Amino acid sequence: MQDLLYFSQQLINGLTIGSAYALIAIGYTMVYGIIGMINFAHGEIYMIGAYTALIAITGLTALGLAWLPLILIVALLCAMLVSSSMGWAVERVAYRPVRGRHRLIPLISAIGMSIFLQNYVHLAQGSRNIGFPALIEGGFNFSADGAFEMSLSYMQITIFITTLICMTALSLFISRSRTGRACRAVSQDIGMASLLGIDTNRIISATFIIGAALAAVAGLLLGMYYGSVDPLFGFIAGLKAFTAAVLGGIGSIPGAMLGGLILGVSESMTSGYLSGEYKDVVSFGLLILILLFKPTGLLGKPEVEKI
Amino acid sequence: MSMLVLEDVHTHYGKIEALHGVSVEVNKGEIVSLIGANGAGKTTLLMTVCGMPQASSGRIILEGRDITNEPTAQIMRSGLAIVPEGRRIFSGLTVEENLHMGGFFTSKSEIRKNQAHVYELFPRLKEREHQRAGTMSGGEQQMLAIGRALMSNPHMIILDEPSLGLAPLIIKQIFEIIGHLRDEGITVFLVEQNAHQALHLADRGYVLETGKIRLHDTGKNLLENPDVQNAYLGG
Repeated sequence: MQDLLYFSQQLINGLTIGSAYALIAIGYTMVYGIIGMINFAHGEIYMIGAYTALIAITGLTALGLAWLPLILIVALLCAMLVSSSMGWAVERVAYRPVRGRHRLIPLISAIGMSIFLQNYVHLAQGSRNIGFPALIEGGFNFSADGAFEMSLSYMQITIFITTLICMTALSLFISRSRTGRACRAVSQDIGMASLLGIDTNRIISATFIIGAALAAVAGLLLGMYYGSVDPLFGFIAGLKAFTAAVLGGIGSIPGAMLGGLILGVSESMTSGYLSGEYKDVVSFGLLILILLFKPTGLLGKPEVEKI
Repeated sequence: MSMLVLEDVHTHYGKIEALHGVSVEVNKGEIVSLIGANGAGKTTLLMTVCGMPQASSGRIILEGRDITNEPTAQIMRSGLAIVPEGRRIFSGLTVEENLHMGGFFTSKSEIRKNQAHVYELFPRLKEREHQRAGTMSGGEQQMLAIGRALMSNPHMIILDEPSLGLAPLIIKQIFEIIGHLRDEGITVFLVEQNAHQALHLADRGYVLETGKIRLHDTGKNLLENPDVQNAYLGG
């Protein structure tokens, strides 16, 4: 019983982190799917989302607002708005002018953007950790007669539910809406989409905006979960989410979701059963294994053309 | 009345010139066929009209408007549609979704009307409405590509090798449809390796050789021209 509780605890922790990775991974995978580049500044968009949410929460609390759901929703909307604008602007400024050049050029531009945004936040907000208020406290505790107590916090439940809502909304958007359909068409054959009179630049902007908005949601959630943010907040999370996207099959949205969850769970299992020090070894080791045996990722499809 | 005019159009891929000053005229309501050997620049010519790549010099005029320097998406929103080489349907989207992409910038009611019209022309597509387009046969995909082009209410439709790789029975059907398009008042600019059938159907034809127009005449005269017979009609 003890063992089962301990295992469940790791599973819950893993799924929590994994859902957040999945939210960030969507941005990598959608952008890759549509223009075939890795947006290395995406982790910074997520970090900026976390900062914006923190600033909004602090501001609203200072204004005397006390109703928690309202604070969270306003903070979430602010974070999504700021991150989306950032995502849009980054594409316009750093990627669009070099689109269609050699693959390395947008990649370097993305790394430059990532460094720029990190340092900008360094300057604007300072390099120290800033505490994120624990707005959602408490949870359910389960214990057998033994010493170990399994807990499922309200914060974790919030992360699951929010992620679930975002993923459902995204899936509906991609499968049903006019723009979602165009996103899929553009990611398959961007030239053909322009031959149908579709303004592909707008569709590309839309994917950056959607990816950034989801990253901002993850920023608020993980900021609260970890309890602090700093300018490097997006670096490791971005790397992990990128791993998740590749693991699931870059370019595939369900793949990013699956990849995020697998990565989260494998990390927490490693921390729980081996040692926390090994968790990055395991997650990146997993990536190498997948790339060796299934280079397209778990749900990625090899390019097949029917002639 | 001209639908499309190309005046001394040159097109480059990087430093290599693929079209060396091509002049072509397509009148409203005509079917014009462009024939030529592989590598003569037929596809380049069609794609240059669509702005992909853009002409490096010369002028392209569509229904009286100079489109030489317009971006592709804008050109394709002004009454021109293309059935490209290799069909290029969106294989991961359903048949219906492909059609909707064809009418992307039209209104919902237009989409409904045009979709019904396409299903009338190709009942097969109606049967496969919710199937992923990539799982269909080559002939069905070609029908879808033509149907998708019709979704934008085009005045003129460009077809690049629509019969390539298809069974003779399907080819016959495709040519019937092309004739039907003209009856609907749509101007057709057709590239075909199947020169015999293409010239038979065409009002006029052009022969393209290594980036230059060698000949142009009525379809009938080209069919009887000994040079054309030797080079393109198998003697």
